[in-house]
Amino acid sequence: MTAHIGMPVPRREDLRLLAGAGRYVDDVHLDGMLHAAVFRSAWPHGRIRSIDIAAAAALPGVVGVFTHSDFMATLKPIRPRIAAMPGFENFLQLPLATEKVRYVGEPIAVVVAISPYIAEDAASLISVEIETLTSILNWEAANDRSVLIHEHAGTNTSTIEVSRGDTDAAFKAAHYTRREHFTVQRHTAVPMETRGLVAVWDAVEERITVFGITKVPFFNRSTLASMLDLPESAVVMSVADAGGGFGVRGEFYPEDFLIPAIARKLDRPVKWIEDRREHFLATNHSREATCDLEIACDRDGVIVGLRGEVTVNIGAYARGTGGTSPTRCAQFLPGPYRIPNFSCRVNAHVSNKTPAGTYRGPGRVEANFFRERLIDMAATDLGIDPADMRRRNFVTAQEMPFNIGRLVTYEGPAQFDSGDFTAAFERALTEIGWTDKRAIQGRSVEGWYQGIGFASFVESSAGGVKEKARIRLAQDGTLDVYVGSASSGQGHETVFAQVCADALQLPLDNIRVTCASTNELEEGFGTFHSRSAVMSGNAVRTTAYAFVDKLRSIVSDYFGRPNVTIEWRGGRFHRSDTDASADLPTLAAFAEDRGETIDVTGTFDYTGAKPFSYGTHAAHVAVDARTGRVKLIDFIAIEDIGRVLNPLVVHGQALGAIVQGLGGAFMEHLRYDEDGQLLTASLADYLVPTAADFPAIRGEFMELALAPGNPLGAKGAGEGGIVAVAAAVSNAVSAALSSFGVQVVNLPMSPPNLWELIRNSQSKISTS
Amino acid sequence: MSNVRIKVSVNGNVVEHAVESRLTAVDFLRHELRLTGTHVGCEHGVCGACTVIVEGKAVRSCLMFAAQLDGKQVVTVEGLSPEDGELSPLQAAFHKHHALQCGFCTPGMLATAHAFLLEESAPTAERVRDVISGNICRCTGYVGIVDAILEASSHYRKPS
Repeated sequence: MTAHIGMPVPRREDLRLLAGAGRYVDDVHLDGMLHAAVFRSAWPHGRIRSIDIAAAAALPGVVGVFTHSDFMATLKPIRPRIAAMPGFENFLQLPLATEKVRYVGEPIAVVVAISPYIAEDAASLISVEIETLTSILNWEAANDRSVLIHEHAGTNTSTIEVSRGDTDAAFKAAHYTRREHFTVQRHTAVPMETRGLVAVWDAVEERITVFGITKVPFFNRSTLASMLDLPESAVVMSVADAGGGFGVRGEFYPEDFLIPAIARKLDRPVKWIEDRREHFLATNHSREATCDLEIACDRDGVIVGLRGEVTVNIGAYARGTGGTSPTRCAQFLPGPYRIPNFSCRVNAHVSNKTPAGTYRGPGRVEANFFRERLIDMAATDLGIDPADMRRRNFVTAQEMPFNIGRLVTYEGPAQFDSGDFTAAFERALTEIGWTDKRAIQGRSVEGWYQGIGFASFVESSAGGVKEKARIRLAQDGTLDVYVGSASSGQGHETVFAQVCADALQLPLDNIRVTCASTNELEEGFGTFHSRSAVMSGNAVRTTAYAFVDKLRSIVSDYFGRPNVTIEWRGGRFHRSDTDASADLPTLAAFAEDRGETIDVTGTFDYTGAKPFSYGTHAAHVAVDARTGRVKLIDFIAIEDIGRVLNPLVVHGQALGAIVQGLGGAFMEHLRYDEDGQLLTASLADYLVPTAADFPAIRGEFMELALAPGNPLGAKGAGEGGIVAVAAAVSNAVSAALSSFGVQVVNLPMSPPNLWELIRNSQSKISTS
Repeated sequence: MSNVRIKVSVNGNVVEHAVESRLTAVDFLRHELRLTGTHVGCEHGVCGACTVIVEGKAVRSCLMFAAQLDGKQVVTVEGLSPEDGELSPLQAAFHKHHALQCGFCTPGMLATAHAFLLEESAPTAERVRDVISGNICRCTGYVGIVDAILEASSHYRKPS
């Protein structure tokens, strides 16, 4: 039997998706289904004086209009899922605005009608009277506290501090220090499918079924059950195809309560499909962060200390993952380097902007940009080659496992499990051609200034402590495998079939994988923190072995309980004393005759060291100093994700992540005006990369260090392709523009921003 | 809302429907005809997910009214698949090159590429990138899509 793990098996989910036969939430059509439209705040901050729904309710075709008064005391705040910071309990969002509105896009009312067109017509007839309040949009205003977004909290901010070593002493004794201020602009995931839900209430069974679920179906089931005051068994979260997630889709949003609650009230199926403008206003934003970062080095460029203050604008409410970016940013500031002394103050503040949460590489993208830029600046100051400076500071393969300390307050101390950071770094430099190209560093070639930059990273993965899988033997002897992590395009149906096929020595075609709805598996923990390949992969493997064990008693009966060894080999049981064997179709028929089903659920408990992926990104850019335009000449991401389960799939993850990272570095910006109105609420204003923008990208994987903490040896693959992109290209752009004295400290590097930076640097040079 | 009677050929089947005058073409295809392969990504003509082929041209069905389809020939992703359940050369190339992940942009991408290759069957990579720059994919980074379209192009060339 050929091994399937490690082979570039084309994805099985492709067949239905290519035929237009995918099953996305808006493809659900049910008899008697109604359509919801959400009426949202057009005000960033204000007190609600009145809500007039009369005209909307009177429109023919409208079935109901719901505001907070229809729910009263039953309206409960949406609880954080992970990484809550101190005081976040005072910043939680109710599904509908009650006394105040706190961002443009906050739900105020929901209209339900016989068609989506009528629902939207009716929503436009709602009028509200708002007493406007001063908008808080940045840290200075938030920290001032003269205006409180959540009055009962008494503050707009939350702060924690983390450290390792003795940073103050290191800085006092240091040969060299430099401090810089960096910013990353607000941007976000923008999956091609907007969010959407269909909820169906079964009044007889008193059960709610929700379609449009992905990422964390089991957590959302528990949240919805508690908010609807139902037992978890009365909530079914139905998982199907999802049009991209990248962190934002599938968290519990206000609509995840409102649509099911209204379906129950009306006892009719209700569909809600977010439109693109709503998506920009209502779905999690991310990334808006500033950092004051200071580095201390000895004369050889060995980093002896790093200290900083990270401040993240989490928007109006602490959403389910609102604490992840600030806290992970601090954890990943030291990166793959030894840096014995590190301290960081982490601030999160609320603002009158859309709430923020995780977007692919949360905190890591920011941290790598801050640190890798500062290392390049320090190397220049010290007259050291930026590659040599990194070589002198990498944690080495001999130092593994390497303790990084307790840099997030909600987890214990962590350690890098394995890796050869230097080897990945050297490979990236080779691929980009650093040795040859450094001669053109900063030079103008036909009017384009050339720059080569690189950035290294580590990336945690496999979040959570366990995952479940279930394997059921079908009547024809094929297997149904259910996994507790949902897919939004990652290829679960293929990759986990590969794992199962190898564990059982069966052909791939005998195995069907389903991302479990909550009625198909007793428990599951979801798809986030680059965890599915590792957690569900190992859960499938564990369950496959349990499946064979379960079959042993059946096959013994089948052979008449002989006192001989019966061995599972080549996908069937063999007797040791004769040539007789039993395959799965035989055993399925035998079990069926006895009225038995073979249905096994297994759990993978992750007790070993958590896997850290790592790598280096390198970029070659050319900059037109007259316009600020950047051409990406070449880009390579070198990653080590341990065991590669399917090279086709992980290569796709890398390339997609690189281009998302380039979008964040150069184009994407959720811009607000000074009052708190979002200026970029369409795909015409919020620019994401198209096929014409970044043709020259490459991604390669090195299996240098399998993860020692799990049997598959796998590490997370979903995020390493994005986390150092902004860092590498900003180093490249700064290198290209070194003759202008330009140092990029703010993203995005859009043509106007770069042009202004070049112009300001030139005027500085001319006046000095 | 006033209704308009339309007669449209969709994937070779002629259908007659009374539609609301303001009903968009994509909502007609998806929710009236239940051809849900065509997707809605932005409703403002930027993302290309709703691209279908009308009279041989790739168009954004979110920017058209159903009423404008009257008398027209429409091909959706469902009509691009061979009837035997196999993949067309273009679809097979997408499969081989991992040119899709979540699959949401894919039907629009296929419609754009198919209409394009019927007109230009020997494009350069740069030309392919230019043509599909009106279809946003957020998953793949476009590399596999470009490779797939280039590979499939030979199947569109007429024997000389």
